[in-house]
Amino acid sequence: MLATIGKPAGAIALAIALISFVLLALGASPAGVFSALYEGAFGNWIAFTDSLVKATPLVFTGLAISVAFSAALWNIGADGQLVIGAIAAGAVGPFLGGWPRPLAIALILIAGALGGAAWSGICGWLRARRDTNEVISTIMLNFVAAQILSWTVHGPLMEASRAYPQSMPIASSAEMYMFMPPTRLNLGMLLALILAIAMYLFLFRSEPGFQLRAMGKNRRAANFFRIPIASLTVWTMALSGALAGLGGAVQISAINHRLYEKVSPGWGFEAIAVALVARLNPLAIIVAAIFFGALDNGSQAMQRAEGVSPVLVQVIQAMVILILLAFDTSAWGNLRDAFSRTPTATSRTTEAHDV
Amino acid sequence: MFEQALEAFLTSTIAMATPILLAALGEFLVEESGIINIGIEGAMLSGAFFALSGVYFTGNIAVGLLCGMAAAIAINAMLGVLVINLAVNQVVAGTALDILAAGITGVFYRKLFGITGKAFIVTPLRPIAIGPLARIPLLGPMLFDQSPLVYFAFLMVPNIAWMIYRTRYGLRLRAAGERPEAADALGLGVYALRWQALIASGVLTGLAGAFLTVAYANTFVENISAGRGFVALAVVILGRRNPWGLAAASILFGAAMALQFGLQAVGTAIPYQLFLALPYALTLIVLAFFGGQARDPSALGVPYTRS
Repeated sequence: MLATIGKPAGAIALAIALISFVLLALGASPAGVFSALYEGAFGNWIAFTDSLVKATPLVFTGLAISVAFSAALWNIGADGQLVIGAIAAGAVGPFLGGWPRPLAIALILIAGALGGAAWSGICGWLRARRDTNEVISTIMLNFVAAQILSWTVHGPLMEASRAYPQSMPIASSAEMYMFMPPTRLNLGMLLALILAIAMYLFLFRSEPGFQLRAMGKNRRAANFFRIPIASLTVWTMALSGALAGLGGAVQISAINHRLYEKVSPGWGFEAIAVALVARLNPLAIIVAAIFFGALDNGSQAMQRAEGVSPVLVQVIQAMVILILLAFDTSAWGNLRDAFSRTPTATSRTTEAHDV
Repeated sequence: MFEQALEAFLTSTIAMATPILLAALGEFLVEESGIINIGIEGAMLSGAFFALSGVYFTGNIAVGLLCGMAAAIAINAMLGVLVINLAVNQVVAGTALDILAAGITGVFYRKLFGITGKAFIVTPLRPIAIGPLARIPLLGPMLFDQSPLVYFAFLMVPNIAWMIYRTRYGLRLRAAGERPEAADALGLGVYALRWQALIASGVLTGLAGAFLTVAYANTFVENISAGRGFVALAVVILGRRNPWGLAAASILFGAAMALQFGLQAVGTAIPYQLFLALPYALTLIVLAFFGGQARDPSALGVPYTRS
């Protein structure tokens, strides 16, 4: 247990040390930057709850990555899937006036999930039927999704006054239940928590979840054991996209209330860091998402206090991924096994090897 | 009037194809040796930023090009340590390097130019007209009045084709990508071959990035590579892992990009986002319907640990 937590924590500590050098090179004070980051993320009640708000889309996209990567389907397109989910939610939302609120919220979320699932399902189908590399197809669809969003807010979904490139607001009945205003805590976050538990049970306690992970360990062996590789590929990708799309819909329903030209600041990519820190475990994704959400939230304060661009957060994300990868390799694992007598070390390295 | 527009379109097509071709040739070398480099987008972006910085601070184009190559080689070297020496997952490592490059170039760019508002502009690498050939109608400007990097990119096509298919070294490189165990058993040194491919690829990818800033835009904006590295990944598959095929596929994408600029300038009723999405959608469609025929190197993307 300690080793499971120790490794990601060590990676984050090493990343912070390396970032300090970058900051010194930029002529900024590392202590000042990190304390501004902390203040911005956890300094007061509103800042703290806002960190949780920023963590919410990362839980959804983190779960999306976790499901796909567990099946060794390298979905790099969670960003595009989230965007399509948001577009679907933003398109349906304005027409839900007069519906009972629980039904309207359910509909806007279903629209988002279906949008995301359709977008990633294309890549799953292409992988299963045309053997098209899902890494490239998902990356390409990220770019296409961004252009579709730009087109919809300039074109078919643009607000009636046509003043700004933004859509009509969603009906108030489709707005998410909010808790404890003026904070932006909302029911969407509870949904994220429930989904994380559900995905944990699905992956580790259900037959399809087992098949999905078996396919991830060894596609050929899974095929040999009569696991339906082709349909499982399509459904896994669709599920992954549905989770990301749901994240987009929650963002529209709870926070944005309409579509703008930009929805995601790169949540789909940040999710890869989240999922790897959590070692693809859906429950750990909640903790990892809060950490990265807090970083995002604190980065604005960091810019105000120290004049360091919030883009720095991307450098931290990347370094955490790279360091975790370097720690988790079979090469390191073999070295460690040579000195370790505990049998658990072996099983851990086998799993780590897949990521 | 029409002829002028056509001439501009053709010239722009070759210019737009150049960074894609350079990056695709680099990716091709790496993939032949058995590594898939998703980090190529980040290597290109770093090349673009540091090449321009080199020119900006020294006023010397050659120094700038060297800086661009060094930056891309640095990104590739990080990938090399992770995927060659530590045998980690290549897709995840490459994606992390893309995020890293976007972050580092963004932080440095805003630190140097964001707050002060200084213009990050240099005297560009000028096109070189090859004598009277450049005055041939239609084809002259397209083929004989281009940046030196354009000539370099297209001259690398036969060179790399010869190297890969006609030399002993090329055979060894392909062996590393097809049967690493067998190649190592023959004493070919798989790790060394893959490292060499990554460094050569860094040179080409760095120049691809440098072309964007030093020869084309003459300035830097965040994320200037705009997915061209990813397009290069697709071009390698689309060009059927053959340098001549790569050149043809790069020209196809160059034409799509040139068309998009042309149509945006003319102003049509068609939404401009359609043209911006065109190269990416085209990549997907072409891969889905024509991508299956070329066989990947057997060991492509598979972490290899010498046992």
